[in-house]
This record gives sequence, structure tokens and C-alpha cells, in this order.
Amino acid sequence: MKWQRKDILGLEDMSVEDIRHILHTAKVMKEILMRPIKKLPTLKGKSVVNVFYEASTRTRTSFEMAAKVLGADTTSIAIAQSSVSKGESLYDTAKTIQAMRADLVILRHPSSGSAKFLADILDPNVINAGDGQHEHPTQALLDIFTMEEKLGPLDGKNVVIVGDVLHSRVARSNAWGLQKLGVNVTLVGPPTLLPIEMEGLGVKMTHDLNGALPGADVVMALRLQLERQKSGLFPSLREYSQLYGLTTDRLKKTGKESIVLHPGPMNRGVEISDDVADGVQALIEKQVTNGVAIRMALIYLLIGGSSNVVA
Amino acid sequence: MEVGTFKSKILDADGIRRAITRIAHEIVEKNKGTNKLVLVGIRRRGVPLAERIQQYIEEFEGVKVPLGILDITLYRDDLSTIDIHPVVHETDIPVSIEGKTVVLIDDVLYTGRTARAALDATMDLGRPERIQLAVLVDRGHRELPIRADYVGKNLPTSRREIVAVRLQEVDAEEDVLLLERDDDMK
Repeated sequence: MKWQRKDILGLEDMSVEDIRHILHTAKVMKEILMRPIKKLPTLKGKSVVNVFYEASTRTRTSFEMAAKVLGADTTSIAIAQSSVSKGESLYDTAKTIQAMRADLVILRHPSSGSAKFLADILDPNVINAGDGQHEHPTQALLDIFTMEEKLGPLDGKNVVIVGDVLHSRVARSNAWGLQKLGVNVTLVGPPTLLPIEMEGLGVKMTHDLNGALPGADVVMALRLQLERQKSGLFPSLREYSQLYGLTTDRLKKTGKESIVLHPGPMNRGVEISDDVADGVQALIEKQVTNGVAIRMALIYLLIGGSSNVVA
Repeated sequence: MEVGTFKSKILDADGIRRAITRIAHEIVEKNKGTNKLVLVGIRRRGVPLAERIQQYIEEFEGVKVPLGILDITLYRDDLSTIDIHPVVHETDIPVSIEGKTVVLIDDVLYTGRTARAALDATMDLGRPERIQLAVLVDRGHRELPIRADYVGKNLPTSRREIVAVRLQEVDAEEDVLLLERDDDMK
């Protein structure tokens, strides 16, 4: 296996071999993460900079912890207190970080394609931690890792992703990644939140959650961005919850011990009920733990060797 | 496996078996039994060697000594200088090494850098009472102050030579060969 990627921008252009290699490496990293003393000398002297233009608890912390376990130094830029508030462009901010000799830049940004933009202009490696509505590859990889850890090989399994698909980079990255591994993906949501162009991904799409659930091995609820209600994309939270919320009763329709995933943060009582979120089928905390392992794997694969740039 | 031109066969299957059997006896003798022993094979060829030592000890002592596997990739000191980094594998040591006598097992002792990495990796997992090192072949040219406690075969070599240990479990062959490094290699 020859690892040749400089950046992690999305799963759309990632090969199955690369995905498998990342999952394998993450398994090793998880063992290290579960040790009482979780610290390695591997990335001593490397610096990782988090640049987050959007709010985030778990993704940013997860990247920081992952880098620290591997021995790298991390810095996080709080955009609200940075020169961005003085009008500095992403380009200039990025060039400044590069000039400080960062080895890896982790970017979250509201514009789709921003991670690619950065990767093209920077020498340091770049990981996309979510770019607009485009992709959130590390989330999808940790979802896939969590599914495989519980279910074994995913080929032929059925995954239902329900919620605000339109605005979800998590759904897009998962759809790309899961299908490469032979998974049958069904996207579910109200017509206003389920863009017709996603049929181009090769996924099944439906507005009827009850009809999509039978046979599902995995049910993934997406966070409903509450501000969407104001823009009239769905009538009321109550109606949304009744049609698309995951409840214990509804979960029984899968007909098997399906697992439940949620990328967080959760709106309890909206897209997921308390008893499902805290129930035995939910692997939501495991997702968080696995997220650190996946990010350790990616950081190691990108800056663990000397040749960061592919010749 | 590295490539080179064949020079001589250092050990055949019987030679390997005798060397490992002797090491197994020495480990038990030096530690006055098997009480606190934990055998740890260093990936990759240290693992089948450790398994065999475990089996020999069981045959003559009637005790199955705990066995672990150590992957030292993340502890290598040359990660930042090699182009393609090696695939990381799992470390799996099923027992606590706290207060134990850990015997690290590898196929060849050369510069000592692998042993150094293995020492660091072991001590990140706990605080053993002591750590010992067993190798099938010691070929000299140490770059660090490290020596083995148990040696199957001391083999003076030049740096141009390659010691190739081939084990049934990994290579489907069973011998130790001395090769001359091909000229196009550094």
C-alpha cells in the first residue's frame, strides 16, 4: 500500500484502497487511544493548526486531541478573535499560517470548495473538517469505522440517512464513502430538504421514513438545523418530528437490531427521541471516540513521513 | 525482503530450531522459572519466534507464558526521513506488564534502533520490572548502547551484507541466509 495523498478533501475522489488503509490505521490508533497513557513520540516537532470559520465542539477538539496523542503541537485559531474580523481573506490567513511553518492545516469553512482552494495554494497538508454543504470526510470515515466495528464488512448492508439532506455535508460524504464499500444507501427527508440532484450519487431517495426502515442495518439521523424553519423549508418542528424523528416505536420497523448514529450535536425530541439517543442501539458516544482514532490515522498518514507532497 | 546475491547459508531449519530451543531454556534459567515472564514478539519475524519460544517453554516447563505482539512503527526514529511510511499494525499485549519481566524477541539485532524503539513502546504500556532482549542473529554494527541477553547466533558481517531470516510462518521457507547487497543499492 503506497499512500500518496497530500490532502484529505472528500470521499468522492478517494479510492476504496485509501479508505481501507485509513480504516486499518484507525484501528491501530484506537488501541493507542484506549491506553492509560495515550501519548506517542511519532509526530514530535510537527505543528497542526486548526482554522475553524464555523462553530464546532467535537470536530475541533477531536482533531486537537488526535494530534496531541501523536505527539504533535496544535494551535487553534478562534476566527471571531482573529484578523478575519478585520477583513483578512482566507487566502491571506492561510498564507500567514504557512509562513509560521505549520505542517498541517485543518479547515472548517462555510463555503463549499474552500478546502480545495486552500490545498491548491498551500505547501502544508490540508484536511477538510467540513466545507459548506460539500463534504465532511472525517465524519463519514468515523461513521463507516463505527458501522464496521459493530457490523463487520459492510458490503450489502442497508444504511438509511434521514433528515436535512440538502444542507448536509455529512450525508454527502457518507453517500460517497458507503457506496464505494458496497452499501445500499437510502436518503430520507421532506421534499424541500432532499435535493433531486443527489440521485446522481446513485442512492435511493424517498420522503417516507416508515417505508425506508424495514431491513435497515444502520439508521443515521442528521441534525436538523433549526434556523431552516425560518426559511420555510418545513412547516413546524412538531410536524417534522412526527414524520422524520427517530423514536423507539419507529426504530422497531427495521425488523432487526439496527444501530443508530448521529453526527451531533443532537436536537433531542426533534430528529431523535431521548430514549433512542440514550438507548442500547445508539452508538453516538462510540462515534466520538472513533472520531479521534480516525483523525489520528489521517494526521499520521499525512504528516508521519517526510514526503508530504507527492512528486 | 531485501534483495541481494546469495553468499552462504548460516542456519538451516534444524539450526534455527536448536538455537530457539536453547534461548527458551536460557530464558527460564536466567529468570529462575517462568513466574513473571511475558514474551513479546516484535513485528514481523519476532512474532513467530516468540510463539515458538512460548511453545518450547510449555513443552519442558508445562507453563504457557503470556505472549504479546509489539508494532514499533510509530516509535521509529527514521519516520521523518523515509519516503513511504510503513503500514502500522496493531500492538496486542493481552496482559499487564506492570512489574513483569518482559522478553522482547526479534529476528536480527543490527544497529539497535529497532530495539530502542521497542523499549520506548514497551515502557509506554506500563512499568515492567525488567526488560530483556532475545534475538536469533546478532550481526554487530550497533549504533546505540544496546546488547541482547539471548543470542541464537553471533554473526560478524560487513555493512554490505544482508542477513535474511526466513521463517515458515511468514516466508514459507526456514533458514538464515547471508546475502551480498546488490551494487545498484546504496
